Amino acid sequence: MEHIIADISTTKKKNLFKSGAAQKLLALGALVLLILFFTLASPVFMTSSNLISILLATAVNGVLAVGVTFVIITGGIDLSIGTGMTFASVMTGVAITFLGLPIFVGVFVGILTGAFIGFINGINVAKLKIPAFIATLGMMMITKGLSLVISGAKPIYFMDTPEFANISKATVLGIPSGVIIFFLAAVLAHIILNKTIIGRFNFAIGSNLQATRLSGINTERWLIIIHSLTGAFVGLAGVLMAARLNSAQPALGQGYELDAIAAVVIGGTSLSGGKGTISGTVIGAFIMSVLLNGLRIMSVPQEWQTVLTGVIVIVAVFVDIYRRNKQSI
Amino acid sequence: MVKNVIKMVDIDKRFPGVHALKDCSFELNKGEVHALIGENGAGKSTLMKILTGVYDKNGGAIYYKGKEVEINSPKAAQELGISIIHQELNLMPDLTVAENIYIGREPMRFKGIFCDSLLQNKMAKELLDNMNVKIEPTVKVEQLTVAQQQMIEIAKALSFNSEVLIMDEPTAALTESEIDELFRIIQELKAKGVGIVYISHRMEELKKICDRVTVMRDGEYVGMKNMNEVTIDEIIKMMVGREIYEGVHDLERHQNHEVVLEVKHLTSGKKVKDVSFQLRKGEILGFAGLMGAGRTEVARCLFGADPKDSGEIYINGQKVHIRSPKDAVANGIGYLSEDRKRYGLVLGLDVNTNIAMATMPKFSNRLGFLKEDQEKVNATKYIDTLSIKTPSGKQLVQNLSGGNQQKVVIGKWLTRNCDILIFDEPTRGIDVGAKSEIYKLLNELADQGMSIIMISSELPEVLRMSHRIMVMCEGKITGELSRNIATQERIMTCATDRTA
Repeated sequence: MEHIIADISTTKKKNLFKSGAAQKLLALGALVLLILFFTLASPVFMTSSNLISILLATAVNGVLAVGVTFVIITGGIDLSIGTGMTFASVMTGVAITFLGLPIFVGVFVGILTGAFIGFINGINVAKLKIPAFIATLGMMMITKGLSLVISGAKPIYFMDTPEFANISKATVLGIPSGVIIFFLAAVLAHIILNKTIIGRFNFAIGSNLQATRLSGINTERWLIIIHSLTGAFVGLAGVLMAARLNSAQPALGQGYELDAIAAVVIGGTSLSGGKGTISGTVIGAFIMSVLLNGLRIMSVPQEWQTVLTGVIVIVAVFVDIYRRNKQSI
Repeated sequence: MVKNVIKMVDIDKRFPGVHALKDCSFELNKGEVHALIGENGAGKSTLMKILTGVYDKNGGAIYYKGKEVEINSPKAAQELGISIIHQELNLMPDLTVAENIYIGREPMRFKGIFCDSLLQNKMAKELLDNMNVKIEPTVKVEQLTVAQQQMIEIAKALSFNSEVLIMDEPTAALTESEIDELFRIIQELKAKGVGIVYISHRMEELKKICDRVTVMRDGEYVGMKNMNEVTIDEIIKMMVGREIYEGVHDLERHQNHEVVLEVKHLTSGKKVKDVSFQLRKGEILGFAGLMGAGRTEVARCLFGADPKDSGEIYINGQKVHIRSPKDAVANGIGYLSEDRKRYGLVLGLDVNTNIAMATMPKFSNRLGFLKEDQEKVNATKYIDTLSIKTPSGKQLVQNLSGGNQQKVVIGKWLTRNCDILIFDEPTRGIDVGAKSEIYKLLNELADQGMSIIMISSELPEVLRMSHRIMVMCEGKITGELSRNIATQERIMTCATDRTA
């Protein structure tokens, strides 16, 4: 059986390359290059206040991106995360400012709201078999509308509870708490994805839904759980957002989903499902925020920043696809 | 005038880390059917991919009608007149027959603005008439049977004026009568001077249709024989390089064993009509029938993968309700699909995980954390007992051969303690050596008291491996034959009994 042994030695090499490690390395390399470039191009970039502002800007998008990584690994998509995040922050505002509930209850309400939106998405996608793109597009509009209705289309300020802002702005060793929460959330997500049964089924469903179902696994239920999990992270992002702005802004949020999905894709998670890492997503989120921050420092107009972000996303996906095609021959 | 259309001399191909082809030779004459055989991984497809321009060769030469040629792209091969028909058909189901045949080469009118579909249909009709195939060019491909779709692929290849046709496992998805039809067409092509490379695992077929046979093993050319001068056993010996285990276990009869599964009046849509049968402990119950007879549908319905309209299922005398695969598995039924890659395995995950897949809750604690060490211990057990050839449990399943993938699926259900196993085409796409191992395994499982339903389109397999045979036709059971009275003829009579 010489040929079997020979086969194995090549597949091993392939695996190393295929495991997404390459894409992650590429992304990490790109991030380092970006940082080097902006450091040389602008004296302001490497200042501690600018670094903090990059970290803060990454936190909200990062938590969203980490959350949506789960759904994307199932081979699905969630377009409602941006406005869902807004809705969660509005509900936090309602709980704390309108109802006068304690801050921790408000945080809980925010996360739960996100999880509930995810739960409904999960039912629509898994049980009612509505294509994820449409189901979550609908949810995007629903949450956008509801945020405006509930808040009366006005920002909800946390005037009586200035401590609320500490969730995002308190510092530990000079690092804002929002950033720490982001890192903790990423670590938690990494553990869920790699060490628990949820993560296992997440990859299994993403690589082969039918085979997973025919193994006697209730794939519908797990899809709902995974969507809810993504939703919980979305809720957390909503809380962070509200704390950072010290208010729930009902008109914000739309467009955030695309930044988050872009971060996931840049980090090497495949939109066709079955492959992905949280660390890749974190790197992707940093690439997005470093790029935007750097361009802003260099006074590149807002419009061009958006154009460049689009280019980066397309290039990242192209690199990924090119790499895969090369292997398949 | 040179006799051979294709002559490949000392072809050498290296991939990083593997020497895939070592000095391989192959030749094909005008109007000849030449079998190319070897176990999976022997290098047949690599050789054919070089001939069709998918891969570049590292050494050697290809001669087309006596002239040396460089075939460096699939398009170049097509222009020379070399076409390949893959095992997986590449047709667009929503387009018509004619549209599929002339895709990308539509006859145009008005300076290339409009497609001339009338002319296109006429051309397709002529082409099909020429092949003596009665299919309307305006029918959508999705309405055709697999066999008919294959005819369309052949017609498409001929429309390029191909003089060389490579057929990769053309009969894998066909029933006996469809195979006869395919052979008729092959004979006609032969008479027209088309050279055909015929890749197949089915030995009986080679005898029927092929003129010469070239055998490959481990990337090397083993030999070429005239078909009428060689026996099937000799060919197999050349292929595997050793005597193989024949697998004809004399199965003892299990008449007195208790009934573990009873299905009464199972009905589901148009594919399953009033199906009743019993399965005993330790028994292998074969399901024979033509393609589309409803055998797979019975299995899927019994397993809860498809909904049933009516009927009752009893396990160990107890009535059970099976609404989803989850219920079936909970009742100890495991299903091994004919399409392992789509329905049986999660290819992108490793062996350990796939074996644990049906039993996940057992391999995680209350908080949902995985017990990977236990997963590994369990998988190692089955890697040993089922002798799954893999460098480690961490190997991705997609890198295993067909036979070893099948064993991983078996391991999955054994881990779940399933004692009723439904095998749907257990040896499809598995080479001869691994096939006999699977047969041996089936026997061992039955000896250990597992009850097995085996659906198979290969009559010799059904006859060899079943204690009892249920024959289906058009969704109904049309016959039940015990092992000692079953013959190919009896089964075929029941399988075509459309009056029942």
